Amino acid sequence: MRDVAIIGIKSTKFGELWDYSFRDIFVEAGLGAIKDAGISGDEINGLYVGNMSGGQFVDQEHIGALIADYSGLARNLHIPSTRVEAACASGGLALRQGVMSVASGYQDFVVAAGVEKMTDVNSAAASSALAAASDREWEGIMGATFPGLYAMIAKKHIHKYGTTSEQLADVAVKNHLNGSMNPISQYKKKITRESVFNSIMVADPLHIFDCSPITDGAAALVLAPAEVAHEYTDNPIYIKASAQASDTIALHDRRDITTLDATVAAGKRAYDMANLKPDDIDVAEVHDCFTIAEICAIEDLGFVKKGEGGKYTEDGYTAVNGQIPVNTSGGLKSCGHPVGATGVKQAVEIVHQLRGEAGKRQVENAEIGMTHNVGGSGATAVVHILSNKR
Amino acid sequence: MSVVRFWRNQVNRYNLEGTHCNSCDEYFYPPRSMCPTCRREGELESHRFEGKGEIVTYTIIHSAAEGFENQSPYPLAIVKLDEGASLTSPIVADPEEMYIGMRVKPVFRKLGESGDKGMIYYGTKFAPDKND
Ligand SMILES: [Zn+2]
Repeated sequence: MRDVAIIGIKSTKFGELWDYSFRDIFVEAGLGAIKDAGISGDEINGLYVGNMSGGQFVDQEHIGALIADYSGLARNLHIPSTRVEAACASGGLALRQGVMSVASGYQDFVVAAGVEKMTDVNSAAASSALAAASDREWEGIMGATFPGLYAMIAKKHIHKYGTTSEQLADVAVKNHLNGSMNPISQYKKKITRESVFNSIMVADPLHIFDCSPITDGAAALVLAPAEVAHEYTDNPIYIKASAQASDTIALHDRRDITTLDATVAAGKRAYDMANLKPDDIDVAEVHDCFTIAEICAIEDLGFVKKGEGGKYTEDGYTAVNGQIPVNTSGGLKSCGHPVGATGVKQAVEIVHQLRGEAGKRQVENAEIGMTHNVGGSGATAVVHILSNKR
Repeated sequence: MSVVRFWRNQVNRYNLEGTHCNSCDEYFYPPRSMCPTCRREGELESHRFEGKGEIVTYTIIHSAAEGFENQSPYPLAIVKLDEGASLTSPIVADPEEMYIGMRVKPVFRKLGESGDKGMIYYGTKFAPDKND
């Protein structure tokens, strides 16, 4: 296998982008990444696009071809374009498909991107589309909502480990603070524990401020063989590991309700591949679709002991200036969660950190970063480890 | 959900009918046609669950699922049946009386309705089992 590098990045602004269409945002991200890489379109060998539900959100399938076409890569160049889907982990999966293609030598220059346009439908339709990430026949039809599933994880975590609603809220408070320092983030306002508790209850114990929002956005990366990366950029970021794991689609079939075994497995595979330990990670973007999800993630990735994620969050361990800064972008919670784009945006943020260009949210001396992207309530997990040293 | 899609599992939903693997003695609900432990060596037969069980975890849903709008807020739980399988179900109970570890029993109830087609779904829900 060849080493793979990221040589170009771009994320659109995240938010309710009423003035922009599905096509507008993926063209902006894709062309932005190609421009950042200083590469020309005819050097690109392939496109991998994460998109969860173009069918339900914009009534459009055949996303791969549409994107190649409107990015100017189809009519004359006929560049192959593949959509990949794993619910909210679609973006992480697109990155992984791109990495595997370049690592194998099958393709040299690849764009890995993610896009989701969620605000063209009303919020009920958006919730219904998202519920399709869980088991429609045995969870959805029984009255489960997506927040409801994570609420059941939270309830069990509270029962088993004494995690508190205050600690859950602290995840949101931290991520909004980080988001306030990120130019692309959906929310720029800092919040307090009280703002979380005063927001409406969605599924006990989760308030609406414990949940990531409905977001439009797109993000893209250009991947290249590591040995030629320096011909395109002064600061290539290297992929040290790409790992993925599956678990049961339904939450009720899990070995332990409070552990995402897919995260544990993908994390372990990634650490093994990179020959690194949790201690070695300087900065991480984890999948905080709900506040409890970040607490489970930092435990399941080995940053803290199982059951202690709430306490460590409360103590500032995961803040930008903490021992392991988590979600410096603002995470899904504050930066926003355009489901198919999220996994790619996580990598864009880690590249900013490892290039040392993250501004006020910059983590000092960050050399090794991790991204962690989850599909559904934990049936898919994708973990990447990135480094600015080869 | 379409009528035909619901109809297909109606027997399972009405009677809590799942499967049991004769090779490893594990029980499954919803039913599976392949045992995840034994895979091809597994020997599955259908099994009708007694229906008694215990609440593993729960939530009170305020922002309702499609078709459950007029029931909210409603308790939803993961129930571990005594034979070992776990499932997700609404609980016919006052939100205030819910707790982890509560014993429950099955009750046959309206599950929900699909708005545009007007179809009403029936199936098994669970309720507190005060005698257990
Ligand atoms: Zn078996």
